[in-house]
Amino acid sequence: MGLSRRGLIALATVAALAVLPACSKDAGQDGGGGDNKSVEVFSWWTGPGEEEGLAAMIADFKAKNSGIEFKNAAVSGGAGSNAKAILQTRLKDGDAPDSYQRHAGLELQDDIKNGWVSDITYLYDSEGWKNVFPKQLLDYLTIDGKIYAVPVNIHRSNLMWSNPKALKDMGVESTPKTWSEFLTVAEKIKGKGKIPLAIGPGWTQKHLLENVLLGELGKAGYDGLWNGTTDWTGPAATKALETYKKVLEYSDISSASADWQPMIDKVVSGQAAFAVMGDWADAYLKGDKKLKFNEDYQVTASPGTDGIFNFLSDSFTLPVKAKNKTAAEAWLKEAGSKSGQDAFNPKKGSVPARTDGDAALYTDYLQFALQQWQGTKDGSVQLVGSLAHGVVANNAWNAEIDTALGLFMQDHDVAKFAAAVKQKYTDTK
Amino acid sequence: MRRFRRWGPALLLVSPSLLLIGLFVYGFAGWNAKVSTSTSRGYQISDDYIGTDNYEKLFADERFGLDVRNVLIFTLVFVLGAMATGLVLALLLERGIRFESFFRSSFIFPMALSLIAVGIVWRWLLKGGEPVGGLNKVFDSLGLDFLVGDWYQSGSSWAIASIALPAGWALSGYIMALFLAGIRGVPDELREAARVDGANEPRVFWHIVRPMLWPVVMSALVILAHISLKTFDLLLAIVPKGNLGLDTPAMYMWYTSFDGGFYGRGATIATLLLAGIALVIVPYIWYSVRSERKK
Repeated sequence: MGLSRRGLIALATVAALAVLPACSKDAGQDGGGGDNKSVEVFSWWTGPGEEEGLAAMIADFKAKNSGIEFKNAAVSGGAGSNAKAILQTRLKDGDAPDSYQRHAGLELQDDIKNGWVSDITYLYDSEGWKNVFPKQLLDYLTIDGKIYAVPVNIHRSNLMWSNPKALKDMGVESTPKTWSEFLTVAEKIKGKGKIPLAIGPGWTQKHLLENVLLGELGKAGYDGLWNGTTDWTGPAATKALETYKKVLEYSDISSASADWQPMIDKVVSGQAAFAVMGDWADAYLKGDKKLKFNEDYQVTASPGTDGIFNFLSDSFTLPVKAKNKTAAEAWLKEAGSKSGQDAFNPKKGSVPARTDGDAALYTDYLQFALQQWQGTKDGSVQLVGSLAHGVVANNAWNAEIDTALGLFMQDHDVAKFAAAVKQKYTDTK
Repeated sequence: MRRFRRWGPALLLVSPSLLLIGLFVYGFAGWNAKVSTSTSRGYQISDDYIGTDNYEKLFADERFGLDVRNVLIFTLVFVLGAMATGLVLALLLERGIRFESFFRSSFIFPMALSLIAVGIVWRWLLKGGEPVGGLNKVFDSLGLDFLVGDWYQSGSSWAIASIALPAGWALSGYIMALFLAGIRGVPDELREAARVDGANEPRVFWHIVRPMLWPVVMSALVILAHISLKTFDLLLAIVPKGNLGLDTPAMYMWYTSFDGGFYGRGATIATLLLAGIALVIVPYIWYSVRSERKK
């Protein structure tokens, strides 16, 4: 053929490069195939408190399952958004971890539709979980009659934080019980040159939105927003959205904080009177800021939501393509167990999803939270799910609400916002 | 066979890169365009074909309209700002000041930083409100109170322009280097001749150097404009999520694809971005190929 040596080398290089892609690893097509000697668990628990909580739960897991090596595949950053992006690629590739973290509720809907997660109702039966989780919670976990995840912890969304000393200086005697009361108090606080309500980036605005809607519409009206029985453009919802608009006028939205910690800091320093934030704020104030509960800071249910628990929960799943199914089941049993939840939650600053948690482990704010959570078992406390944290709306609708809310922040047009959210509900169903 | 010997080895040597670019750049760009004509959502790619539906919906999408407006303002301020700064810096250095190489490197170094890092630093520098910090503090202590502002947090519909500041800061050194090379490339004989004819320095610049800088201006414009359209990391680092006053198509593409699972819409935005960049680059390539042929 008479090819020159240079030509041959070039040809060899091409051949080598062409073969390279074929060397990529073979992803287990139907799951299983692992030796169940290890379990890979994917989460975004890398922050202060949660990392320690996870470590405590892992230690408890190892004590019960000495033969299984625990592989912690936690991904940090972006309050879980980085982890979610990485997880998506892995799930699409069929390279699923043995178990992964998701917010309980409709955040899982896409995974279910795509056939990525297995029905684990059988674990609920064998472990007796249906008797230890509140019935109201099981309703939120059940999607088309099946349960796909085990909730480890419970956070509460509808809380309003304040600094008792700062409130005294502002002449505010008691925390407002309704949003209209809040607006009256806010005018007074504004008169003293302080910020009535601290606010942060987009998701904290959505967090505030859900709790204003809850406070104004009550449980039935609020639940209806998510299942189509409350009309977003109807008079009740419109009035609630108008309240939200007024509440925002008393916030520092024009110089909104970059995240929720600096937002809460404004309350601690006395610049702002109130902040609506979930109860992860307690771990931050108590742990990082070394503040004393009911002395340096206090908390009440957000206006109009006394006796209602707006929850969100971190839960674990069993992927269809998990390689070590038996080991993964052992992990899920751990995540749902009393000892596992009692190891994790006091450190994370949340309460166990089971209602039989050891009350002695939960002090200060968590004592109040646990008592409220246990009230959801007999129905003395009503349970609703959070929008901003993935319980009541699927990812598609939730992202469209983000867009509508972002546009609302630009034009403050209530009717347009309501119409957009209503339309997107149908579009993303 | 003899002819193969002449161009064969060369072709074989470039073929791996041709193959890889063909697959990973053009192949995937084509795949992306295909996804943009499907209903794909819910984190799944569908095989269906719905024509230009996604495009029509996007053109009616209020957020996308806002994004296009924002990226145009950003591009205008960033490109003009970086060009002007780069030219002024080049003219200053061209005078042959002391420690020229020190200054030259100092001005170029910001380009070596990842835009994520640039974004985080400038997020602090451009802090608005109370307590006064960052650039505002500098202005405040210098008595330049009128320059103190809320920058990207101002809520103004022009707030996006302040993000052009860090982008310009990162790239103007590079533009300076381009201009400096251009200016230095003008033969001394030409300048000498002009001076002998009695032209002063500004006139030498205007009539001799400026006309010879056009190719540099063109390259700089194209480089800056396409960087501007695809800017993502800088914005991601600075802009708080959910602030649509500072949203751009690239950001919308990311959030809608990965938060909402709207792959079809995300692919549509990506295809339009590619088309926008091609609109800038293709005429430039055509122009440079033509002028090279003339030589």
